[in-house]
Amino acid sequence: MSKLKKLTGRTLFLPIFCMLLVMCANIIYDAACGNFALNFFTISIQNGVLYGRLIDILNRGSEIAILAVGMTLVVSASAGTDISVGSVMSLAASFCCMLLAGFGVSSTNELQMPLIVGLLAGVLMGCLCGTFNGFLVAYLDIQPMVATLILYSAARAIGLLLCNNLIVYIRNDSYAVLGKFIGPVPTPILVAAACVIIALIVLKKTALGLYIQSVGINKRASRIAGLNSRKIILMCYIVCGLCAGIAGLVNSSRITSADSNNIGLSYELDAILAVALGGNSLGGGKFNLIGSIIGAYTIQAITTTLLAVGVSTDVAPVYKAIIVIIIVAVQAPAVKDYFSRQSAKRAAAKARG
Amino acid sequence: MEKNVVLTMRGISMTFPGVKALDNVDFTLRKGEIHALMGENGAGKSTLIKCLTGINAFESGEIHVDGISGPVVNHSTLDAQKKGISTVYQEVNLCPNLSVAENLFIGREPKTRIGTIDWKTMTKKSQKIMKDLSIDIDVTQNLENYSLAIQQMIAIARAVDMESKVLILDEPTSSLDDNEVEKLFVLMRRLRAQGVGIIFVTHFLEQVYAVCDRITVLRNGQLVGEYPIEELPRVKLVAAMMGKDFDDLAAIKTEDKTDYSKAPLYIEAKGLSHKGTIKPFDFEIHKGEVVGLTGLLGSGRTELARVLYGADKTQSGTMKVNGKEVKINAPIEAMNLGMGLLPDDRKAEGIIQDLSVRENIILALQAKRGVFKLLPMSKQIEIADKYIELLQIKTASRETLIKQLSGGNQQKVILGRWLATDPEFLILDEPTRGIDVGTKTEIQKLVLKLAKEGKSIIFISSEIEEMLRTCSRMAVLRDGQKVGEITEDLTQQHVMAEIAGGGSK
Repeated sequence: MSKLKKLTGRTLFLPIFCMLLVMCANIIYDAACGNFALNFFTISIQNGVLYGRLIDILNRGSEIAILAVGMTLVVSASAGTDISVGSVMSLAASFCCMLLAGFGVSSTNELQMPLIVGLLAGVLMGCLCGTFNGFLVAYLDIQPMVATLILYSAARAIGLLLCNNLIVYIRNDSYAVLGKFIGPVPTPILVAAACVIIALIVLKKTALGLYIQSVGINKRASRIAGLNSRKIILMCYIVCGLCAGIAGLVNSSRITSADSNNIGLSYELDAILAVALGGNSLGGGKFNLIGSIIGAYTIQAITTTLLAVGVSTDVAPVYKAIIVIIIVAVQAPAVKDYFSRQSAKRAAAKARG
Repeated sequence: MEKNVVLTMRGISMTFPGVKALDNVDFTLRKGEIHALMGENGAGKSTLIKCLTGINAFESGEIHVDGISGPVVNHSTLDAQKKGISTVYQEVNLCPNLSVAENLFIGREPKTRIGTIDWKTMTKKSQKIMKDLSIDIDVTQNLENYSLAIQQMIAIARAVDMESKVLILDEPTSSLDDNEVEKLFVLMRRLRAQGVGIIFVTHFLEQVYAVCDRITVLRNGQLVGEYPIEELPRVKLVAAMMGKDFDDLAAIKTEDKTDYSKAPLYIEAKGLSHKGTIKPFDFEIHKGEVVGLTGLLGSGRTELARVLYGADKTQSGTMKVNGKEVKINAPIEAMNLGMGLLPDDRKAEGIIQDLSVRENIILALQAKRGVFKLLPMSKQIEIADKYIELLQIKTASRETLIKQLSGGNQQKVILGRWLATDPEFLILDEPTRGIDVGTKTEIQKLVLKLAKEGKSIIFISSEIEEMLRTCSRMAVLRDGQKVGEITEDLTQQHVMAEIAGGGSK
């Protein structure tokens, strides 16, 4: 009993538990359909690249995982969410493609400038958007939801303007590299892994984690203790913008084009959900980055599972919503309290004989 | 239930992780009695009260309330209020962004016939309540526009207005000045005459003897005893609280007549000010000197200190630190010059609630080192343990969240945070508020010890005695202005006269 309690008390217990739940659902489904029960976990090599549902989840979940890194920091430091990340993804991709193809060109085989310059410009655009958001939140004290609402609606449209209302196609193999494979491994997985690892190292080796949490918990006290609360919040938003930029480029590279209207659509919701599923309070303060990352892949696992089961893309959100409600409800303090009280009652009844 | 008794608690026990907070505690409250609940930090006073009001669930024991048959278990403060038990806590727990009237009537707003809130009646009733307590304020203004002291009075007014049988005052006076305390006492006596039972938790011994009829003493979660006030003189009370004989705050100040004016100047400020809080002032402090800032609450003593530290930016004047002209724009700049500020509002500006004791202690030092020079964990642990030991912080472990500590222990953690930065100049704003007698003495000794090591200290306290014991000079403030300094004849009467002003002797 006490061992179980210790286990459930761990911070990462719930996100991992949710992940396992999704996996179990897969096993049961496969078994029920008469497929190989461990279909979900099977990884094979086809056409020289890794193949399997697990790989698919890791691959497709890359963007959400990258976004979750930035979102976790923003939520922690400012007790608010950056709802502009999806639009910023689109803007970064559009800006990059516009530079590579030239303004007004809808399809190109030749790059107008070195690929790396275009990519850096895209990422920089993400940072710029993050700076704008961060400035509004940290220095003008505007509520995060309201501040980021501006770019939520504007960034996508700016991207469309930059692309002269066109879908810009880059028909050059070098641009596809971010969305395809390096060796047998899908590149997005590597990009996401790099982002997460860098973030973890920075948090481990510097005092940034302490600073961010401290500011998120008590801004005024942190200032008196010598932290520049505003600067720290601004920085979190810049990192969030940076992550959105990277995610946008990965997403654009998959389709080798800048489709302003569709890149990053609704990704902000998945990113916020990932943070919540990771056991982080949206009220700010303490955070757990690993939890958010697990949360991100859990969301993708749900989506992929639904598609594998044959739910059509249009109605998938309904099932996704149901699953999310269950997962979030399990984590809610009120529900947790209820269950712990029930088990205490049972223990008491047992003791009485 | 015995006649005249309005509340009995029998055999109350409760455990926090790693600490037995209450162990079989009894408590009895009679009608029309002011009953002091005394004990050191962590003795279990607040826990006992939280058990009564339903914030903490106790593990065993029974509570009986007059007029209710059977044992009472409250699950929330609202629950307790319905049963006639109202509480005013140590820290103001009202909504700063609502008006005074709204705060007074929150959860029980007067309704019109169609069920909407009857604002007119609410405002009128609020005005009457405030007038009865002779507090002259505009009840339609937001609560945050008023000082902490006024907010506290409003919290009490709210509790009183709910026709309670039992009124709990948990450190209500810690942010009030003498006048306000006297007003509160008048009110408490009036309620006593009406038959209300009042539980009074305080660290101020004088206040206990000024209003209370009976004292219950707790120590380390256990009941020491219940005494009528006449049978427990001050010295015995302190002894009961500490569990040993203790000469009541022995004169710790050595007759030290050092002339600090010869010592090198640490700070030399001319004409500093912050609009709306403190008018231009000059201020000097020498190395190794302890200077007190005294004045009524809201006189500008806190604000003066905040300007020196850069917590509020100065809008005029010049400042020299160690003979060099500086301009301080943010606390971190002050810290880099060797300063530290222990703020008076511990909850809002001191503790980082959800971080551990260790993280709270190293925070300022880490901020000073910068983001890239993370203190190695071994060093963090060493520093945390050092100050937990030195300041005798009562905590289950160094990884306990600071919000789980009692108020006084939280204060010690913040003090530890500043000592860890090895400051040259410390501003201590109400460092002993909410701290028990024993620790108070310890802190005063510590202040004198730091001064001997050549550090300069500003000491701000509502207790003049405490400042007389530690300070070699006092600056007097009145209405947001520094009106003078007392360098000689540091006696209670003289200081009081200066604070009151108008040349009265």
